[in-house]
Amino acid sequence: MIARIVATAITEAHIARRNLWVLIAVVLMVVFSLVLSAVGSAPSGGLGADRLSITVASLTSLSVYLVPLVALLMSFDAVAGEVERGTLPLLLTYPVARWEILAGKLVAHTGILVVALVAGYGAAALIAVVGDPAAAAGVGALWRLTWTSALLGATFLGIGYALSSLARRASGAAGLAIGLWLGLVVLYDLALLAAVVADDGGIFTTQFFPAALLANPADAFRLFNLTASQATAAATGIGAAAASIALWQSLVSVLCWPLVALGLATLAFRKVQP
Amino acid sequence: MTSTLTISHLTKSFGGVKALSDVSLHVAAGERVALLGHNGAGKSTLMKVILGLIAADSGEISVCGAAPGGAAARAKVAYLPENATFHSALTGLEQITYYLRLRGENTSEAMALLEKVGLGHAAKRRIGTYSKGMRQRVGLAQTLIGHPDLLVLDEPTSGLDPVSRRDFYALLDRLAAEGAAILLSSHALTEVEARTDRLLILSGGQMVATGSLPDLRREAALPVAMHVTARKGYDADILAALPNAIRVGGALHLTCSQEDKLGTLAQISGLKNKVTDIDVIPPSLEDIYSHFSRRDGQ
Ligand SMILES: Nc1ncnc2c1ncn2[C@@H]1O[C@H](COP(=O)(O)OP(=O)(O)OP(=O)(O)O)[C@@H](O)[C@H]1O
Ligand SMILES: [Mg+2]
Repeated sequence: MIARIVATAITEAHIARRNLWVLIAVVLMVVFSLVLSAVGSAPSGGLGADRLSITVASLTSLSVYLVPLVALLMSFDAVAGEVERGTLPLLLTYPVARWEILAGKLVAHTGILVVALVAGYGAAALIAVVGDPAAAAGVGALWRLTWTSALLGATFLGIGYALSSLARRASGAAGLAIGLWLGLVVLYDLALLAAVVADDGGIFTTQFFPAALLANPADAFRLFNLTASQATAAATGIGAAAASIALWQSLVSVLCWPLVALGLATLAFRKVQP
Repeated sequence: MTSTLTISHLTKSFGGVKALSDVSLHVAAGERVALLGHNGAGKSTLMKVILGLIAADSGEISVCGAAPGGAAARAKVAYLPENATFHSALTGLEQITYYLRLRGENTSEAMALLEKVGLGHAAKRRIGTYSKGMRQRVGLAQTLIGHPDLLVLDEPTSGLDPVSRRDFYALLDRLAAEGAAILLSSHALTEVEARTDRLLILSGGQMVATGSLPDLRREAALPVAMHVTARKGYDADILAALPNAIRVGGALHLTCSQEDKLGTLAQISGLKNKVTDIDVIPPSLEDIYSHFSRRDGQ
């Protein structure tokens, strides 16, 4: 089992390297992280926090958008591309389970994301540490951001595989992926915010809103990082209600989502007839 | 005789199209069986059912004693799809190494496999740069991994040059000698005739004939043609003796049924001082094939 997952991961890594996905992901993360740390450095030290912690807070807001986007871009082709190229029938006659194929792709794509994250966050952190000797205090927050970002990426990779299996054509899968990204990362929060405002502290805000935040992997990721660094109120517009959510709850969501996504992807992939 | 592949009363339809109806066959260990049939006869569909890629509507299939598509069957069966394609960004070596790993075989065999199909020189080039025949050979190389008990090859020689075809059949002979059962589809009748033990002919999703070429020849009972060359001036005598002969160019042509063959020959040899030569022409492979593979409206 492990050997077959590793075999697929190695092959996918070769493909991603040749298709320049490694390069694209790294460049995207580094450029955005550097731009952000340049912009964010203006009011340095003003909040009484060290500069690295501030950088991490703004990287968190960036990653909520960027990591899912990069993950979906890397994954939308995973199954649909094999169907369109006609490589799937032969692969499925090999003694390898469908979930093992997806797990292999997931390992490779997550690995690439981690490389990109380390490069991007590393560059931003380096600038912060150089500018502020006290920044070492923020290393814990940076580490937390890195591994949660990797899990967020794995979640959206899994979701991307599921969409790719459902669409069966790469073009359709790309459309679904963009739609899902807009929905989960942008519109979801807007809708929740609107509902909270309209509800004005009623039953929705106290009962459904926390569950709705935890159910969305992107929101859970943001919540976990901001709660852990006690910056909830400062960084989110809907912080007051979110503050009632315990840290362990968002942690469970962050940890479970990658598995749930891989499960969904496997279910969708099983339905694909070669 | 142990049967590696046994199919009985297999039926499969796509929507309203009956791709396979009531197909039964078996392939024994060490046997090379060719599957023939017109375009759309159901050859590829039959193979996909054997591999478990498509579920049958009804019928029983046993692949190496297991259900098609199950883990046990997949471990023992090798497949070459028609128009084999691979990821164009991978090199031939990487692709074969991947397949070796999936079968739990030693990856150091990859180069030897590629050399076996004559791709050693291109092993480290991307498959995207390969010619059609070279891609087909990558497909062949992967079927040789790990001594499969059953090889299912969908038009294995399409795109191969004549020398590669000969090498390919030599490879098959060796695999069959080692006990592998081989089912291959083809449109190239002559090579299939010479290089396989048995023919199966599908037509419109039905198995219309099965047997060795001599079996099929007997069953088809197609007329035999004879070309008789008369000694100068004796044409008229011979035409009188053989009323169904006709003059074509310098020779006299006649046809007779299989049963009448010896009688007709005896009759001609009775004219021996008037005949210089005689050719007996059995029905050609194409004749036999089209006899069985007739389609409505063709
Ligand atoms: N996925 C599918 N959906 C609908 N019809 C199909 C499908 N696959 C095959 N068919 C139909 O089943 C019939 C048999 O097709 P198949 O591909 O098995 O033919 P074949 O004998 O391999 O032909 P060829 O010599 O051209 O390769 C055809 O009528 C084809 O249109
Ligand atoms: Mg076919």
